[in-house]
Amino acid sequence: MVATKSIQFIAALAFIFTSFSAFAGGSDNGQPGNTIDTPEEIKDYIAHHLKDSHDFHLFTDNESGTHVSFPLPVIVWTNDGLKTFMSSAFHHDDNGEVIVEKGDARLVKLHSKIYELEEGATSINFDEENHPTNAHKVLDFSITKSVFGMLLAGILMLLGFGALARGYKKGHSVPKGFARVLEPLVIYVRDDIAKPNIGKKYRKFMGFLLTVFFFIWILNLLGLTPLGFNVTGQIAVTVCLAIFTAIIYLFSGSKDFWAHTLWMPGVPVILRPILAVIELIGFVIIKPFSLLVRLFANMTAGHFVVMSLIALMITMKEAFGPVASTGMSLVLALFISVIEILVAFLQAFIFTMLSSLFIGMAVEEHEHH
Amino acid sequence: METLLNDFSVGLFIMQAVILLILILLMRKFAWKPILDALQSREDGIQNALDSAEKAKLEMQNLTASNDKLLKEARAEREVLLKEAREMKETMISSAKEEAQVQANAMIAQAQAAIESEKKAAMAELKSHVASLSLEIAEKVVRQELSNKDKQEALVESMLGEATLN
Repeated sequence: MVATKSIQFIAALAFIFTSFSAFAGGSDNGQPGNTIDTPEEIKDYIAHHLKDSHDFHLFTDNESGTHVSFPLPVIVWTNDGLKTFMSSAFHHDDNGEVIVEKGDARLVKLHSKIYELEEGATSINFDEENHPTNAHKVLDFSITKSVFGMLLAGILMLLGFGALARGYKKGHSVPKGFARVLEPLVIYVRDDIAKPNIGKKYRKFMGFLLTVFFFIWILNLLGLTPLGFNVTGQIAVTVCLAIFTAIIYLFSGSKDFWAHTLWMPGVPVILRPILAVIELIGFVIIKPFSLLVRLFANMTAGHFVVMSLIALMITMKEAFGPVASTGMSLVLALFISVIEILVAFLQAFIFTMLSSLFIGMAVEEHEHH
Repeated sequence: METLLNDFSVGLFIMQAVILLILILLMRKFAWKPILDALQSREDGIQNALDSAEKAKLEMQNLTASNDKLLKEARAEREVLLKEAREMKETMISSAKEEAQVQANAMIAQAQAAIESEKKAAMAELKSHVASLSLEIAEKVVRQELSNKDKQEALVESMLGEATLN
């Protein structure tokens, strides 16, 4: 029974990975029929995947050169005001070749970023370092893949935990069905993350901590699916999360916290301003920075390793032959994927844990002797 | 670092901030608050139930202890009552005995007194009988004696002699 199940599981995984490789065999440069064979192309492809994108790319048929993808809405603030259109207008171009004209604004997409051409420019020009010279970035509020992922995670959370909450309201003191799985997780965050680190005042911060914990966890897990979200690997996302934490603990700091931060008692007066600077830098910059880099780097690295291992079947084909290289890639990618499932939870846990630790530091009331 | 900064998308940052803020507010209103409240009330309920069970147990123990105490007290009281009854019985018996004794003594004394007085009366009667009898005899004797003059003189003589002798 177990054996058949595990075989089914491996088969499913194999299917996922083959679809992934079809995905990998898609477009790096948006050129039809451009397969990825060399290490350079693979590296570019992985780098491309790690970035956000404006459409939901499923796979590319190399024979006909057609891309299969969902277009996502593009919402940009240009010199000519707010422009909205579907990303399919770029026809999968990512090199700034297709120009979309909306009113006075002429937009191109280059390496997953949308640029607006300067006045009078008809095509994009590059300097030696491949930076565009006659175009500038626009403020991009598009529903990108990451935003789509966040919305998806938010809807999943609202549905799941809303159901749990409704269950309680109906008078079941013990939840039924799927909600029964969610309840221990909520209790886990409350009893093992918030309470020990924050103390008595934990209740005020539960909304943030629970939301962030499940948000990060769900996004991390979505990132492991072949849909290829890399939301928590977007530096803007982790910066935002870290800033939220920083704002919360800086604004809920107790009198004691500020007294200890700005005018540390029990040290020579000459040292106090120096300590105040160090503490302030620590709380305002270093702690949020450590939060954001930890999450960003871990998730990016995870995606990078999984994709590199999948790419082994291409890079090692010369040395080991197609069967051995595919097998090796499958086993290693499976192994790392299992670890990544753990990492997905671990990073959500660490982020929430450290957030509550910092909040705990800020709200702590020292006993005066 | 430069690519990292280049990758930083202000738009994505703003979108994320807005989504996260809305999500936190929505989740707090529709999920976390009711969930945490329900958990709290459930835990309080469990704690209360445990506490009251503990209290009931304690009360039960107290009750058994007080029952035992009552039983012991009742037993002690019974002992005391029995003892008192026994004592009362004894005192009653002894007092009855004493009373009977006293009464008997009194009766005996009365009887003795009666006997004494009867005896005295009898003696007095006997004395008077004897006296009258002896008087009669003496009269008869004296009549016989005084019939003769000599003899009268002799008698007076002897009686006088006796009188001086006395």
